[in-house]
Amino acid sequence: MIEVVIGVCVAVLGLCALGLVVRMTIGPTVLDRALTFDMIVSITIIGLALYGAIRREVDTLPMLLVLTLLGFVGSVSIARFIDPRDVDDEEAPS
Amino acid sequence: MSWDQVSDVIAAVCFVAAAFFAAVAAIGVIRFPDLLTRMHAATKPQTVGLLFALVGLGLRLGEPSAIGILVLVGLFQCATAPIASHMMSRAAFRAGQVRQDLLVADELSPVMDREEPRGAP
Repeated sequence: MIEVVIGVCVAVLGLCALGLVVRMTIGPTVLDRALTFDMIVSITIIGLALYGAIRREVDTLPMLLVLTLLGFVGSVSIARFIDPRDVDDEEAPS
Repeated sequence: MSWDQVSDVIAAVCFVAAAFFAAVAAIGVIRFPDLLTRMHAATKPQTVGLLFALVGLGLRLGEPSAIGILVLVGLFQCATAPIASHMMSRAAFRAGQVRQDLLVADELSPVMDREEPRGAP
């Protein structure tokens, strides 16, 4: 029973990740992409939690911890070191 | 019903809530017009959705050692997500990527000309 519910949740999460890839592609700024990357990381964490729940195993827990801190470091370094003034325009090369 | 079945049902409810928050946030990120409004939508799965998923996983596993790591994951996410969002929104504001016509209140522009410490985003 709970396996069916978790499967539906995984399908919803996959659709969310696909939509976020669309947003990551159309941008338009670097910070939008960083934000979308952050969200994809958290959706990956939720997906790993669902995987661990469906298998009833604790092997995914260190992965959750690492992904949490990795998403933080990634988005902070993007926000800190990348010039956010470059926007995708028709004439400007991206 | 035994305790295992009850905890499974509660875990399923938590997982459905997490997926719901993730879906709402994805729709918001795709449709909203501006970085700050997208950021408003994007924080939902980062904190609420993730906490729901962790509570569900803890109920499903039911081991004290696993619950310790889950509490750590939740604490780290709740501590780091606001910092990342703050730095991102401030960098966007300084670069002028925020749509001024959508702002209701703007308290950063009058104080932005002052000297700021090195390393401020």
